[in-house]
Amino acid sequence: MKKIILASLLALAPMVSLAAGEGPHLDKAGIDLTDKASLQRGAGHFFNYCVGCHSLKFMRYNRMSEDLGISDEVLKSTILPSYKKAGDTITVSMPEDLGKAWFGKAPPDLSVTARYRGTDWIYTYLRTFYLDDKRPYGVNNLVFPDVGMPHVLWELEGAKKAVYKTETDAEGNEHQVFEGFEQVKPGKMTAAEYDGFTRDLTNFLTYVGEPVRVEREKMGIWVILFLLVFTGVAYLLKKEYWKDVH
Amino acid sequence: MSSLMNWIDERFPLTKVWKEHLSEYYAPKNFNSWYFFGSLALLVLVLQIVTGIWLAMSYKPDAKLAFDSVEYIMRDVDWGWLIRYMHSTGASAFFLVVYLHMFRGLLYGSYRKPRELIWIFGVVIYLAMMATAFFGYLLPWGQMSYWGAQVIVNLFAAVPYVGPDLAVWVRGDFVISDVTLNRFFAFHFLLPFILVALVFLHIVALHKVGSNNPDGVEIKKGPKGNRWSDTAPADGIPFHPYYTVKDIFGVGVFLILFSAVLFFAPEMGGLFLEHPNFTPADPLTTPPHIAPVWYFTPYYAMLRAVPPMFGSQFPGVVVMFAAIAVFFLLPWLDRSPVKSIRYKGPLFKFWIVVFAISFVILAWLGMQPATSLLTNLARLFTVVYFLFFLLMPWYSKIDKTKPVPERVTD
Repeated sequence: MKKIILASLLALAPMVSLAAGEGPHLDKAGIDLTDKASLQRGAGHFFNYCVGCHSLKFMRYNRMSEDLGISDEVLKSTILPSYKKAGDTITVSMPEDLGKAWFGKAPPDLSVTARYRGTDWIYTYLRTFYLDDKRPYGVNNLVFPDVGMPHVLWELEGAKKAVYKTETDAEGNEHQVFEGFEQVKPGKMTAAEYDGFTRDLTNFLTYVGEPVRVEREKMGIWVILFLLVFTGVAYLLKKEYWKDVH
Repeated sequence: MSSLMNWIDERFPLTKVWKEHLSEYYAPKNFNSWYFFGSLALLVLVLQIVTGIWLAMSYKPDAKLAFDSVEYIMRDVDWGWLIRYMHSTGASAFFLVVYLHMFRGLLYGSYRKPRELIWIFGVVIYLAMMATAFFGYLLPWGQMSYWGAQVIVNLFAAVPYVGPDLAVWVRGDFVISDVTLNRFFAFHFLLPFILVALVFLHIVALHKVGSNNPDGVEIKKGPKGNRWSDTAPADGIPFHPYYTVKDIFGVGVFLILFSAVLFFAPEMGGLFLEHPNFTPADPLTTPPHIAPVWYFTPYYAMLRAVPPMFGSQFPGVVVMFAAIAVFFLLPWLDRSPVKSIRYKGPLFKFWIVVFAISFVILAWLGMQPATSLLTNLARLFTVVYFLFFLLMPWYSKIDKTKPVPERVTD
């Protein structure tokens, strides 16, 4: 009987890993949601480069500043637009129809993108823009083919070219296979600096996806510790009562 | 205090109910861990109703507001995230616990005479749960909510002659829309209370005939007299306090596992909360891969496995519903002279293992994109799933069973 239970549990295990899905190779972001300095830098990057087009409409300015340890003065002087209150959500002024006209599709809200696409996807996306003359803004993206967004961070990263090699499969057909990037024009940052920059930004967007996550995990430890004690006591109580039965 | 009890008992049978169903309800003393899942299912049902009502206080059943209101609950409502995760994790926990509860029934022949009605009420509960989960899954109004509902409602469209009209009747529109969301919310709120009524019937029927046990021995037919009563079954013990105190321990273990998921992996890698559901429903963009939540995937795999016949998907729909309806027949399919797997022969043991494996593999197949290899596998395991039931009258009858003891074993 125990074998049957064990076998069925073992059979369930691969479901979890396989349900994760396929897709292009994603680089590990290696973020740390408890690293407040990284989150603050990420927030800074977001408000310098992204907020012109992308909203975080479920996120409030003051919730963000409180969670990230940004003081009210810094929030008011550097982040909060003059026409907004600290309790407002982070919206954009760009009208949707203009966004559509400029980019083919209105730039999406990024509040829960980290939960929809995944942290590693965002990190990889920000680092795999490459030159492509066929696109209206001259760039394409490896994990988001034919993306409407221009490479906003090109000044920092510089410009890259995708290098393909030709492979012949078993049936003799030739395929273009992505091999790597070639830096065409240097940016203001080195590759390592740019990785750090995008990692901070990814960290921030992951935080925005679920602001309560760090608190949730902290609380979970206490809840489970309590339940362990509770269950231990319940077991002793059961044993005491069941002395009558045995 | 006792005069108050007298006052009540003259007007309402409170003491009588307490005794009949708890302190003097004699349950077999040899329940094992499989017997935790009944009380756990009840716990999760209450949890779902309570968290559900609190969610409904902030949720907006409106196609324009629903998705945003869920995120509002997650961020701006005090403890909203906890209540929401309890509800979403609770849905999966409910099915997991009920699947194990049903499997317990299969193992020990709890569906056999005289417990056929308990089993039938149980299958109706399972159907009501599935309906509740289906209606509830539309409410967050994410991409998977929307397209999952689209796929399932389109099943009705496959019914010959009346199908298309039936699908419009169910949706209230030609596509899943605001009006569908509103009615699904109404049903999602109503059905749990019907579930409570069905659980009540399930337990009343159970307490009429008494509980089965891992030996499949009828303790009521055995000798009488135990340390609590001269007329009670010798192998029975009062449900309260012995099983209540044991179930509290079971609840503790369950809550540890439940909290581990809730606090550390509420998405469960996309199994409990699917990633595409974090993007709002878009009627103009079909997701590349539509899969229901894990507890529906065995049936979804069967639906996809059946090839269309005469240009209609209807046979697949029939097979899918038959896979659930066949549970109703179980009490009459099993012709074995013994109830419990402990005394059943190798044939039954073989088939029940094969059945459990098929169910798990079908669940996995239902999550995968349908390639021709996987579809053929799904066909194979769909056939195996049905053979477990349809061949049962034969293999359960000719199987070599062991003698059943007179009394329960420890």
